[in-house]
Amino acid sequence: MRYLPLTDADRTSMLEAVGVTSIADLFGDVPDDVRLGKHLDLPIHKGELEVERHLAALADKNVSAGSSAFFVGAGAYRHHVPASVDHLIQRSEFLTSYTPYQPEISQGTLQSLFEFQTQVALITGMEVANASMYDGSTACAEAVLMAHRITKRKKAILAGGLHGQYADVTETLSKYSGYKCIQLPRSVCDEGIENIELDDQISCVVVQNPNVFGQALDVSRLAERVHEAGALLVVVVTEPLSLGLLRSPGDMGADIVVGEGQSLGVGLNFGGPYLGLFATRQKYVRQMPGRLCGETVDADGRRGFVLTLSTREQHIRREKATSNICTNSGLCCLAWTIHMSLLGEKGFTGLAALNHEAALKLSRRLARIDGVELLTPTYFNEFSIRLPRPASEVVDELADRGVLAGVPASRLFDEPDLENVLIVAATETNTDEQFDLYEAELRKAIQC
Amino acid sequence: MLTKTDKTHASEFPGGGEELMPRTEQHKGLSQEEPLLFETGSLETTGVDLREPEGVQDGLGDLKREGPIGLPGLSEPQALRHYVRLSQKNYAIDLGLYPLGSCTMKHNPRLNEKMARLPGFADIHPLQPQKTVQGALELIDQLGHWLTELTGMSAVAMSPRAGAHGELCGMLAIRAALENKGSDKRVVLVPESAHGTNPATAIQCGYEVRSIACDQKGRVDLSDFRDKLDADVAAIMITNPNTCGMFEQDIATIASEIHACGGFVYCDGANFNAIVGKVRPGDLGVDAMHINLHKTFSTPHGGGGPGSGPVVLSQALAPYAPLPLLIKEEGTYRLIERTNADDVDAFGRIAAFHGQMGMFVRALAYILSHGADGLAQVAEDAVLNANYVLTSLKDVMTPAFRGTCMHEALFDDRFLEGTGVTTLDFAKAMIDRGYHPMTMYFPLIVNGAMLIEPTETESKESLDQFIDTLRSLAIAAKEGDIQQFVDAPVAAPRSRLDETQAARKPILRWTQGAGA
Amino acid sequence: MKYTDQHEWVEVEGDLATVGITPYAAEQLGDIVYVELPEPGKSVKQKDEVAVVESVKAASEVYAPLSGEVVEINASLGEAPETVNAEPAGAGWFLKIKIADASELENLMSEEAYQQFVEGLD
Repeated sequence: MRYLPLTDADRTSMLEAVGVTSIADLFGDVPDDVRLGKHLDLPIHKGELEVERHLAALADKNVSAGSSAFFVGAGAYRHHVPASVDHLIQRSEFLTSYTPYQPEISQGTLQSLFEFQTQVALITGMEVANASMYDGSTACAEAVLMAHRITKRKKAILAGGLHGQYADVTETLSKYSGYKCIQLPRSVCDEGIENIELDDQISCVVVQNPNVFGQALDVSRLAERVHEAGALLVVVVTEPLSLGLLRSPGDMGADIVVGEGQSLGVGLNFGGPYLGLFATRQKYVRQMPGRLCGETVDADGRRGFVLTLSTREQHIRREKATSNICTNSGLCCLAWTIHMSLLGEKGFTGLAALNHEAALKLSRRLARIDGVELLTPTYFNEFSIRLPRPASEVVDELADRGVLAGVPASRLFDEPDLENVLIVAATETNTDEQFDLYEAELRKAIQC
Repeated sequence: MLTKTDKTHASEFPGGGEELMPRTEQHKGLSQEEPLLFETGSLETTGVDLREPEGVQDGLGDLKREGPIGLPGLSEPQALRHYVRLSQKNYAIDLGLYPLGSCTMKHNPRLNEKMARLPGFADIHPLQPQKTVQGALELIDQLGHWLTELTGMSAVAMSPRAGAHGELCGMLAIRAALENKGSDKRVVLVPESAHGTNPATAIQCGYEVRSIACDQKGRVDLSDFRDKLDADVAAIMITNPNTCGMFEQDIATIASEIHACGGFVYCDGANFNAIVGKVRPGDLGVDAMHINLHKTFSTPHGGGGPGSGPVVLSQALAPYAPLPLLIKEEGTYRLIERTNADDVDAFGRIAAFHGQMGMFVRALAYILSHGADGLAQVAEDAVLNANYVLTSLKDVMTPAFRGTCMHEALFDDRFLEGTGVTTLDFAKAMIDRGYHPMTMYFPLIVNGAMLIEPTETESKESLDQFIDTLRSLAIAAKEGDIQQFVDAPVAAPRSRLDETQAARKPILRWTQGAGA
Repeated sequence: MKYTDQHEWVEVEGDLATVGITPYAAEQLGDIVYVELPEPGKSVKQKDEVAVVESVKAASEVYAPLSGEVVEINASLGEAPETVNAEPAGAGWFLKIKIADASELENLMSEEAYQQFVEGLD
């Protein structure tokens, strides 16, 4: 077997060295009645070629984004990733290393985490960021728990434009910790969010920007009101590229910014692994969950990096930890930071501009179809339209004609009002021909 | 209030402050110093060529960002050099034996990487129409089938994004099942030898933790378990093999007694590598167990993630698995993604989308490569390798327990008594001999613990070299040659780092003009 | 000075008790990197958790040796937690409690009893 180096001769001599007669002796603590006497009714081992065939056959049953006109977003976005990103993350020293608990021989991972934290802080307009979370949705739930710890209050308000699955995750984790989430009514543009009622039990308001329907918001007035009520503003960003064009959450008064980092460097991957971004103000750093990398010096006075403030974590605090999380999303974090380094200021803002332009071009084409209404007046690279028919039906029909047209709001929300709403994303990977195809096919689907 | 730790005193470190930035004269052979991205890149430099925008009028108004962000960029050659130089400062499985106990640092097959990058897996969106991703759903179903068969369980929740996340998922399923029966049990039993995540998870699920004593091998003390078991107990969280590398012989008894009280058994599957294909947790009475795909099933650790932690569930817990649920109807796969969309008892949702697909592809590639026969061989070789290390070092180091072990060899620090060398020094000295240290000071119940998990992917030659190295270090310590321990590491890219300074005055990001 | 079996010391002046951790505790913890103190005004009962002291690898709770109201905290520890290592029984004090029930002092150990207690631990 190609992954197992021991030969039968090795096994025999090693058993002898250990002083037992058979491998069964080493499993002697396992009671007889629970030992599996034979192999399970499952296939036996396969060579590389056979495994490749098996998996390629499964892969071939899927319609990949690159083989269609692709406009799906709602929390995961398709961008071009430079070839060097994937090459670098496959370096053995990054791919096959563990969490950098031995800093002397982990400076590569640690320095890249320090650079990552800095980049996240810069684009979100916050003072500090952690070394990443599992994904955007769990980062969102953790942000709410953190706000409860800071304010010692127990209720969170979730905006109507928060991604449905993020809201579900936050609700699930809050409920079992004894906290309450108040979900505002679903609303495509988060109308009236700055006038919501806030009492002295509210720890935070969670608002997504741009929201799940694509609408870009100015949350500065909301931030003021939230702060007057002694609460925190949590801003969720599912498309970090938007920060290349839009004002940062920090600039608008956010206290905690969480996000999904997938769109830069990571790829779609059918939903995972992704990358949770988490940033906040310096004064809250000890309440922040997740790993943190910090700068220090070594015994010879040279600059170096270590994981720090680990007393917040579960392996030390056990039942008093800030969270049970003990991994970050290391390799995705590396992909993200490499992509960001290749972009730099110029590439990041330039790519953002191209994305916005793509969405403008597409929305104008679609909005001129009779019966299609643009619902989001201000957006980055994603917008919502209302169709004269249920969006899920239209999406299914267009899929057969080579257009993956977007996400029906009904996939995320159980609200009859939203049945005809379609969330559409456009990025730099789309061409004018694809915009034309989408317009033509949508026109046909609606008019038939 | 006291927790005793090995100390590194701030006074041992120079003040720092000046000339910390790596300089080219510090290059040594193939080991090159590398400044921060922020010290080499510039706002004008970029490694991508984008077309110019066409100048379509936008309607963003004052939502637009003003002024620069401050992001330095690198051209492609600069980026390659920056990250390749950084990579060379990391230890890795591909460089040598990585003996971290409880982490299962086995070989990461490259076929897995190749398969995960097929566009049919890597370039599909979690929310594209389900009829366009039938192959992906089938893959999840196939992996789920392997996991339930290997564990002897009824169902599997695939969405947890890491082991600890799986733990949370399993415990929430337990809580939901109990609440559905109208039970308000409040207590979770956790053995003293458990991973720190276990109590942290129990608390996050709204439970109180009741600690139970262990015997000298870290096994649950059956009489203490019985003393602590009452009608208030919702579950026990147990690790099997346990954190000392021992099989919990009484687990079936524990399970039947807790079941009789209306509670459940959560098993931490961190150590599944020792028993995969040999013992099925379902046959032991386990109700829920997470499986770290990045341990047992070889998906890469990636410098600390991403992991993946599917949770297998017993029949009693299966109805409470979180969303999404995957079902097969007339040859077509369908995801149930919303609670009120169908009549389900799911306890909720613990992450957006459907789980770590990229890790599922890798894990299935690994599983298919081994097959049922190969997986059993994995467990046998992992256990044999650990016992070989244990036996070969027992005359110079001190095994924490008598007898054989499962997949991990546990030593304590008695062999260092009176030498002036601590467990930490011993571990750091291993770095100078070309090895990553083993897990230290865990499990907490063993003094100065050193937990070695060689895994099945080490050859006998590799183990012999490792054994020789540890042997010579143990002898050097006993002979009083302690300077090499106290100074260690000297051959690594950095000597010991001042963690006290890092924690007292945290510098968590680069800032213009600060420090160096 | 009086002591607890959790290694806190108390110095009483009138109805005010100054509280810190003992030199033995500071030594065992190693380099202290952070001290979390309560808000002044908080009322505590004897043996309640009142502060947290952290080294790089450990976090330990500090318990109120006496019931009462926290009236003052040593804010300088925020900037200089190392004072706890340097002068645990002096400048490294944690907080002052206005004593609610002086009879609780009888539950505490004398200097001599505490020394014996510590010797018994090693």
